[in-house]
Amino acid sequence: MSQNRLIKWLLTMLALIISALHIIPFYILLVMAFKVRGDFSSTWILPDYLTFSNFTEAWERANLLNAFTNTFIITVGAALLLIVFGSMAAYPLARVKSKLNQFVFFLFVAIMVIPPLAALVPLYNLVVRMGMINTHEIAILNNFASFLPLTIFLYSGFIRSTIPKELEEAARIDGAGVLTVFFRVVFPLLKPVTATVLIISSVFIWNDYQFAIFFLQDSSVHTLTVTLSSFFGENQSNLNLVAAAALMASLPMIILFLLLQKYFIAGLSAGSVKG
Amino acid sequence: MRQEVAEEQEISLKIPKKKKQSSLWWMYLPAVAAITLFVIYPFFNGLQITFTDWDGFSQSSNWVGFDQYARLFSDPLTLLIVRNTLLYGIGSTLLQLTVGLLYALLLNRSIKFKAMTRTIVYLPVIVSPLIMGYIWMFFFAYQGGALNDVLMLFGLDRINALGNPSLNPWIIVLVNTYQFVGVSMIIYLAGLQSIQRDYYEAADIDGATAFQQFKNITFPLLMPAITINVVLNLIGGLKLFDVIVSLTGGGPGNASQSMSTFMYTLYFRREDAGYAATQGILMTVIILLISLASLIYFKRKEVEA
Repeated sequence: MSQNRLIKWLLTMLALIISALHIIPFYILLVMAFKVRGDFSSTWILPDYLTFSNFTEAWERANLLNAFTNTFIITVGAALLLIVFGSMAAYPLARVKSKLNQFVFFLFVAIMVIPPLAALVPLYNLVVRMGMINTHEIAILNNFASFLPLTIFLYSGFIRSTIPKELEEAARIDGAGVLTVFFRVVFPLLKPVTATVLIISSVFIWNDYQFAIFFLQDSSVHTLTVTLSSFFGENQSNLNLVAAAALMASLPMIILFLLLQKYFIAGLSAGSVKG
Repeated sequence: MRQEVAEEQEISLKIPKKKKQSSLWWMYLPAVAAITLFVIYPFFNGLQITFTDWDGFSQSSNWVGFDQYARLFSDPLTLLIVRNTLLYGIGSTLLQLTVGLLYALLLNRSIKFKAMTRTIVYLPVIVSPLIMGYIWMFFFAYQGGALNDVLMLFGLDRINALGNPSLNPWIIVLVNTYQFVGVSMIIYLAGLQSIQRDYYEAADIDGATAFQQFKNITFPLLMPAITINVVLNLIGGLKLFDVIVSLTGGGPGNASQSMSTFMYTLYFRREDAGYAATQGILMTVIILLISLASLIYFKRKEVEA
């Protein structure tokens, strides 16, 4: 019995050590963000003064308000398109087994394996020809297209396995059209997947750098990641400022995560089950 | 009366059934249009670009046949970049598979602080990989970095970890693992929780040791979780981009460059779009081959188990 307790105590210690190791980067970010320039004390030691000057200066100079606005518009825009057009596309693919539908479903799954970056050079060329470089619209559409296969995969799996067909048939008897039945009867039942799609796509689109650095080069449309990378380039001699900006850019997602942890973990692991 | 209703229902049920014969293709038309325009068309257009010397912005370009592919195979950098890409993909996958499993086994027990530890291990997943790279750069920086502060405290020499070309690809593997080991852990935990307790009880009665139980019950039943983790981490690691940009910028020289970052350099810094597109094709082929091969291999293991 006492041996068991010893083992339990050792394992608890191990968990605490793992926690401590994993929190180090966040701790260092925090210390750096609160230290003023010229404070050369070790990054392990908290400052003995409290000032938010790095935050206010970084907010102004990096134009973070602009970056937050752009990132927010793009994330919300793409997530909304994904939910509306993704669920709508998944419905016939899950319900009607025609040859065409089977082919289209296969197409979406196959595309999931192609790395979007592989087609980035021609995509950039296309966007330039369309005259859509440096617009919110192109960032929304690109993120929409790249998360569409996963979204359709998640929605159709859920529709197939959990939504009873009888429900839609009953609604159809009342003479409602396909689209009305879908949005009035089926869509409200898809809430769990909608939450998953919303969380996965928001996290990845909010943090996206690969697309943003290609298509949003003008500073007026810079997202948080692009703003941060150029702010880093300008302030290599004042990393405390960069740390403050990095902390502010990550904070909204961190807060959301801590508040809605259960949904985040469930959603992100559901989304990862695409193999 | 009741019969009438039933008959009516039968009739009206038949009408929508006929309607159902249609594929309802218009419902996925917007989705298909989006992927055709933004994924499929660029992909095939990319194939076309690989046969030209297009610089990325001119109106015209010359047809050069297979020259770009010949360049790809004779370029000494290709070997380095493919090696790095494989290191990022396979190295992070192996690390995340083992560390993730150990974390999951530990945190599946009823110990104190397990919920807190899970949250902390998972937290980096939601931070942008670009920002994660900057944070770790603060840690590894030669001047005033957190690591060197510790080394100096113990009277050791400072190390220039990020400036060392033979060391920094491994640091990138480490940082990528740190950031995403939480995903592997959660997938393993879901797998562990789906294993029925009866198996262990039966094994206990038969006098099986803890190790035997792990080898014969836990491990085989975790196979689906392992498959997902392998494929997910491979794809993520093979196309690694953000964290390399912020941590090392692909340097020193090209020492830590991956296929993704090299493609970016070729296109924007060297105006070599034809060659960049060729790198893109090579990357697609590598990712497809490796992820499909591992998927088939592990799916087969799952069936055996």
